[in-house]
Amino acid sequence: MSETALNSELLEHEEKKSLESREFGFWVYLMTDAVIFALLFASYVVLSKNSAAGPTSRDLFDLGHTAGETALLLLSSLTFGLATIAMTSDQAGRVVQWLFVTLILGLGFLAMEMLEFHGMIAQGAGPGTSGFLSAFFTLVGTHGLHVAFGAIGICVVIGQVLVKGLTLPVRSRLVRLGLFWHFLDIVWIGIFSVVYLPGVM
Amino acid sequence: MLGRLTIEAIPLYSWVAMGGAAVTVGGGIAVFLLITYLRAWKVLWTDWLTSLDHKKIGIMYVVLALVMLVRGFIDALMMRAQQAIALNNEGYLPPEHFEQIFSSHGTIMIFFVAMPFLTGLINIIVPQQIGARDVAFPFLNSVSLFLTAAGAGLVLISLAIGKFSTAGWTGYPPYSGIDYNPGVGVDYWLWALIVSGVGSTASGINFIVTIVKNRCPGMTYMRMPMFTWTTLCISILIAFAFPALTVVAAQLALDRTLGFHFFTNGDGGNMMLFANLLWIWGHPEVYILILPAFGIFSEVVATFSRKRLFGYKSLVYATACIAILSFTVWLHHFFTMGSSANVNAVFGIATMIIAVPTGVKIFDWMFTMYRGRIEFHPSMVFTIGFMVTFVIGGVTGVLLALPPADYLMHNSTFLVAHFHNMLIPGALFGYFAGLNYWFPKAFGFKLDAKWGIRSFWFWIIGFYLAFMPLYVLGFMGMSRRMEHYADPNWQPYLIVAALGAVCVLLGIVCIAIQLYVSAKNWGSARDLTGDPWNGRTLEWATASPAAPYNFAIVPTVRDIDAFHDMKLGGTAYQPAAAYEDIVMPKSSGLGPVLGALSFALGFAMVWYIWWLAALAFVLALVCVGIRACDDESEFIIPAAEVARIEGAHLGQITSADMHDMRDFQPVGPASGAPLPGRA
Repeated sequence: MSETALNSELLEHEEKKSLESREFGFWVYLMTDAVIFALLFASYVVLSKNSAAGPTSRDLFDLGHTAGETALLLLSSLTFGLATIAMTSDQAGRVVQWLFVTLILGLGFLAMEMLEFHGMIAQGAGPGTSGFLSAFFTLVGTHGLHVAFGAIGICVVIGQVLVKGLTLPVRSRLVRLGLFWHFLDIVWIGIFSVVYLPGVM
Repeated sequence: MLGRLTIEAIPLYSWVAMGGAAVTVGGGIAVFLLITYLRAWKVLWTDWLTSLDHKKIGIMYVVLALVMLVRGFIDALMMRAQQAIALNNEGYLPPEHFEQIFSSHGTIMIFFVAMPFLTGLINIIVPQQIGARDVAFPFLNSVSLFLTAAGAGLVLISLAIGKFSTAGWTGYPPYSGIDYNPGVGVDYWLWALIVSGVGSTASGINFIVTIVKNRCPGMTYMRMPMFTWTTLCISILIAFAFPALTVVAAQLALDRTLGFHFFTNGDGGNMMLFANLLWIWGHPEVYILILPAFGIFSEVVATFSRKRLFGYKSLVYATACIAILSFTVWLHHFFTMGSSANVNAVFGIATMIIAVPTGVKIFDWMFTMYRGRIEFHPSMVFTIGFMVTFVIGGVTGVLLALPPADYLMHNSTFLVAHFHNMLIPGALFGYFAGLNYWFPKAFGFKLDAKWGIRSFWFWIIGFYLAFMPLYVLGFMGMSRRMEHYADPNWQPYLIVAALGAVCVLLGIVCIAIQLYVSAKNWGSARDLTGDPWNGRTLEWATASPAAPYNFAIVPTVRDIDAFHDMKLGGTAYQPAAAYEDIVMPKSSGLGPVLGALSFALGFAMVWYIWWLAALAFVLALVCVGIRACDDESEFIIPAAEVARIEGAHLGQITSADMHDMRDFQPVGPASGAPLPGRA
């Protein structure tokens, strides 16, 4: 075997080890992110009744709209899962297609969320109105910001699959991005059941 | 264009503040000119700032910590001087300036001295202790360093441009809110915390993964050195606790910048939420600072007592207990803020329970010393000084844990004395012990012991002089953070405390002299074997300073004191039959760039320069994206080069340099048997 072949074998071995660490590290990172969301949830629960004579959750939340957002986000998780399955059977084209669908669904979710925020601010229920709305916008907005970063990540990974193909590091990034995306789904379910559902009951 | 940044930001309001600004700016210019004069920019950039070598990153962390220690200590000296003279007069500091000084003192000492000091020591040592060639994420490590440096930079620049916070290092609202504090001070504090806090979180993740994934064969969890154990525990604490700091700082920043109502007086804010969130981070933080020092004491006490560490397992369990319990006591920081008696009682009892595992540790260290052959190396002297002093702080802590007693002593100088009594011996003495102990590992020569001992005596005497009077003053009813006072009975104690601060100043001067003298005479104090103290753990198996890859051959471990075991078995210092190629990370300039961008982001947010904030943020995202597309971040050190480096290292070791291990040969079949004649 030539020296360069030996070298590339060694590099690949180290790369595998390093990618394994990255996946574990990403789980730990998700845990720190989960702590952030946990505390934002706690802040929301503490402040959720502090509407300071302003509009309350009952006046503002529209469960139908939220159901639409939920459907988009849950569906995007499904399509991301399909992208991951396509990756395991080495179908780069399929991966890109499903990622693209995921991206569209994610952007649709973001658009609906912006619409909701815009509507609330327009009727004088912006984040500066009361403690309740500050906590609401921060919690839901932080989730939305994560979805936006996830969408950027999907663009980057689509680019990498197209340019580099399904190499080892690209697969690893796809898997980690998938973890992130599904994690946001779980957080959203928390938001739905802690923020919106009790808000209209 | 420049937000609210105008020429008014230059601190012309007081000559003392101008002086501080002049020293800061002058110091910056002097360093710049010195580097230019030495033509060292290229070396600095290629060999240090862009390096992903964990040992170099660690050294840069410690340098940052020492520089900030001087700054934070000048604050302390100014406060002690002010209180020594301000009986029925204004002293030399106007109130608003005094408030900035105590706020920056606390902020600097916690975030920019203790955190970088311990992170630096961990960086230099832990990978070597577990037989690893690097940390799990070398690039992330570099980013963490420069985020911490960016935070420190924000605190430093607040001296010259604008003002620092006047709200204390804990920044309680509503005082720290925009209504009562419309200036930039609190914003500087917040953005320094947010930027450096993200860096610390990343360090925590990095070291969890490093310790879980990168240990060498045979290094089971229960064979990890104590310092590595404490590092694992605090890394977990960091990963759980620092997000709380990020959340609470971001919420206060939203309140201040965008008019949110998390913590405001009216409109549905709840300032108790701030106190809870801050201390859910803040109490674990205390243990984040102290546990690594406990790890250092454990290493030092075993090495310089020439005995195996007593009660290794109990120390591990005690560390883990402290780590878990640290999340159950945060409310004791605000017993007086209106919780019910039962809630206070629960947190009071939990607080007292933490004293138990801590006591276990003290006994373990004492039993390690018992019948040991103790050598009074500076690091050992710091350890003994810590054990005596820390117990006093522990006793006053248990006193404060009683809610009824706390009602009397809350926010008094008794409290100030208590937490300095924990953090100076408990954290700082540990870091100094680590500095004296591991300096040869980082630089290849030993620190001068004589000046080390002198620095210890000035520090410990200064500590007692400075803080014992504060205990008394607390009982006499003196509140913390008083700019002036009217009770003449207090002044003698405050003068003694000021003398104590001068004594500590001499201690810092001694450390500076120690570094200077040692660097001057480095040739005569070289550490050729890599094991200057007859150490027991694996970091002493590498060369001093270690090669970039630490271990040419990844070692196999079969004992807690792995290197001691190798020396006894005669397997230390053996050249390998054949060396192999080693993969190492390439240097990257993106770490310093990200640090600079986050500094710009923080500065822009403080001064409402929105375009700069947006630009810095987008550029930072682009940097992360560039890194995320880089699949060729590693290079190979060829086996021949490894063989050359190892040959040069082993070639300079003569048998005369090696430690005589005959005394340590175990009697009887058990490898953990007591040493002959001493047990």
